[in-house]
Amino acid sequence: MAKDTNTSDFRYIGSRPARPDGLDKVTGRARYGADIAAANMLHAAVLRSPHAHARIVKIDTSKVEALKGVKAIVTRADFPTGLTGEDWDLQENTMAGERALYDGHAVAAIAATSPHIARDAVKLIEVEYEILPHVIDVDDAMADGAPVIREGAANKTVPEGMHPNVVKYIEFGHGDVEDGFAKADLVMERHYKTEATHQGYIEPHACMAQLGADGKGEMWVCTQGHWYIRRMCAAVLGLDTAQLRVTASEIGGGFGGKTTIFMEPLALALSRKSGGRPVKLVMSRSEVLRATGPTASASMDVKIGMTKDGMLTAGVANFRMQGGAFPGSPVDMALYCAFAPYQVPALQHIGYDVLANRPKCAAYRAPGSPMGAFAVESLIDEMATELGLDPMQVRMKNGSKSGDQSSYGPKFGVIGLEETLAATQAHPNLSFPLGPNQGRGIAAGYWFNHGGETSVSVALSEDGTVQVSVGTPDIGGSRASMALMAAETLGIPYENVRVNIAETGSLGVNEPTHGSRATFASGKAMHGALTQAINEMCRRAAGKWKIDPEAVEWKDGAAVPAGPNAGQFPPMTIQEIARKMKNTGGPISGHHESVPDGVGDSFGAHVVDVEVDPETGHTKILRYLVVQDAGRAIHPSYVEGQYQGGAVQGIGWALNEEYVYDDMGRLQNPIFLDYRVPVASDLPMIDTVIVEVPNPGHPFGVRGVGETGITPPLPAIANAVAAATGVRIRHLPITPTKLLAAIKAK
Amino acid sequence: MSKVHVSTTVNGEAVEFLADTRDSLLDSLRDSLGLTGTKEGCGTGDCGACSVRVDGTLVCSCLMLGVEAQGKEIETIEGMASGDTLHPLQQKFIEHAALQCGFCTPGILVASKALLEKNPDPTEEEVRYWLAGNLCRCTGYDKIIRAVMDAAEEMRGAA
Repeated sequence: MAKDTNTSDFRYIGSRPARPDGLDKVTGRARYGADIAAANMLHAAVLRSPHAHARIVKIDTSKVEALKGVKAIVTRADFPTGLTGEDWDLQENTMAGERALYDGHAVAAIAATSPHIARDAVKLIEVEYEILPHVIDVDDAMADGAPVIREGAANKTVPEGMHPNVVKYIEFGHGDVEDGFAKADLVMERHYKTEATHQGYIEPHACMAQLGADGKGEMWVCTQGHWYIRRMCAAVLGLDTAQLRVTASEIGGGFGGKTTIFMEPLALALSRKSGGRPVKLVMSRSEVLRATGPTASASMDVKIGMTKDGMLTAGVANFRMQGGAFPGSPVDMALYCAFAPYQVPALQHIGYDVLANRPKCAAYRAPGSPMGAFAVESLIDEMATELGLDPMQVRMKNGSKSGDQSSYGPKFGVIGLEETLAATQAHPNLSFPLGPNQGRGIAAGYWFNHGGETSVSVALSEDGTVQVSVGTPDIGGSRASMALMAAETLGIPYENVRVNIAETGSLGVNEPTHGSRATFASGKAMHGALTQAINEMCRRAAGKWKIDPEAVEWKDGAAVPAGPNAGQFPPMTIQEIARKMKNTGGPISGHHESVPDGVGDSFGAHVVDVEVDPETGHTKILRYLVVQDAGRAIHPSYVEGQYQGGAVQGIGWALNEEYVYDDMGRLQNPIFLDYRVPVASDLPMIDTVIVEVPNPGHPFGVRGVGETGITPPLPAIANAVAAATGVRIRHLPITPTKLLAAIKAK
Repeated sequence: MSKVHVSTTVNGEAVEFLADTRDSLLDSLRDSLGLTGTKEGCGTGDCGACSVRVDGTLVCSCLMLGVEAQGKEIETIEGMASGDTLHPLQQKFIEHAALQCGFCTPGILVASKALLEKNPDPTEEEVRYWLAGNLCRCTGYDKIIRAVMDAAEEMRGAA
């Protein structure tokens, strides 16, 4: 779509109506993963390894088989063999094979007639383990002599001589970094670490599955992407993909963590083994924390050159990330994003994806970007302070602009970093006076956004109302944004559109609601589908008027003659066309599928004021500002909600949240009491500014807004703490204990 | 193990169910009575998604046993609206976009209603501390706090 189709003269877009699923969600009627039951249903429970790394010598289920009410037991022996690559990784993560690879790794599963019996039965399974040496920390895992987690897991990018736990190596850059450092007035190199955090969605993973001996099955599951669930379950169990029909329940948060499978194949395998009875499997919170996707932990070295007037001359980033016992840490994304907000003449990026005895990491909101930003934005801030420069001005001077070459290669299209930084600079929060022990921190952040496989259908009902079927689950109000865009396109009331999240049997393959793509990609595909339906409605009107369909256009919910030469006819409304469609050619619908191009890059800037208690080391957030380019805010309230939610997850990452392991490699904080996410009393209101630099690649200018907001908080808070205390913390989280020790050591 | 017969009142209606003695009140509400509006987020009383009221007291229903409901008056999210008329809190949550995924919403609404009955004119800080036991991972709480404050104001006006 051309940029000239962007116009701010909208009737519906930019308004804030009640979301279509609001009533269901405030009355308790909305049905989430665990809110379903079926006749003859069984309940499942999973036995998990208590060891970080252990050979499974023997699994004895004889005592279980004697327990009344147990209907099926599944171990790895019930899964097909011979899988390779990511399919093998998924299968191995679903159920341990020869070895348990992390504390919480599934070893066996049981289906029984009640949840109590299933949980009792799990305790009767006797597993003989041979405990093996384990490794948790990413740098330890790369060191000589570290226990080898899986021989031969490395791909061909890894240089010879590296530890077998290094499974992927990445290197890219441009320019002559040595020359760049020589031109700098100040060169600094620092080491940074971030700990693994969990997406922390409040709804634990849950599904109900049924699979017959004929290989035909159904599943109800809370997921961000039911086609992904279908493909992955089919691969892990050796099923024909189309024989599995997957329905996405309402979803209680995901943040990337519900884009893959964890226990879903177990429910299917148990169902098949129990003669096709439906099996419900709901994780406990500790299972969620021990065995589902946390993000990677990172160890990073960054070196930057800067002139005395604040121009960046060169940068080197060397990042190491562990993503659990399988390949897939987002070290590549972290490197792509790290310097993306800036134009640096010479850059070198080096990354290592490393295995450790931890759960398989999953995507978490802008995967990798927060870690990279923490390192680079912290160092830029430290250098600006050293040179006596305004950190905001340094960012504005070096900021990427439309058409610039990005730090990772491709040229940016139309981007809004300049406008975002200008709006940040103009915000009153930047001139709020600070008191003792208070400090202000700023940071920028970047996320690519994403298109992805998308298939959307629309259909006209007999009364002129319209149904939209999308494949991207509504995780934060996307039904509202879809309905607004449909209303705008058709010129009909918002309330006359019904948006359905279709099951896998209704549409072609859809990628999940991930990559900040739902409103961009499903919205763009829906626009294509609606355009097709509009063309057909115009054709029906032309038939009635006996004029050329080309002489009919669509305006304000009706077909009208296109100009005086087309003839004099009163507008034919969508209701009239709908009422008569049975006799004018039958159903009217539209369909569009694509991997949409025209993805709009996203930039944001955050400003935070903190106060540090010098006696306890506790950091209090006083004020928080998020400024981000949305391209176009379809429903501004839910755009603000994404900004606020992302910022607060970042605040948790910066101050509280981390995976804590004991020396046996066991997770020590697998409940919300100890894995402490931010609560209401930790926070102030989160101020937002929506910048709109429309994305020319979307009919309404949408970029996608979900992810960027989690990136700047990590460095912004570290920068604010440094400003408040004079102490620079380079290892997150900035816990009171850590900060107090650093203040005392000053 | 034989089950225990429990007679109780839920949202003003007399109900009976059979409880395994290990069933939490949350299990009984969801699995025995089909009232799935109350959610389980943690099972350890840390997230507040299972908030209900028992004889007027706000509790985490995952921390009470189903058999303890005997003779009590239970109030859940399903009883919050009067027919088609939403409680002002429910209305304000929709208006303020105070929910994203909506999973924590029932518990937060039940907890907020208990707050406003106790304190019809809470400060922002009082709302934040009252709701500190109700985790929301999507919203950053901003719009939730605004919705509760706005509902309180409206209810004060109506009183």
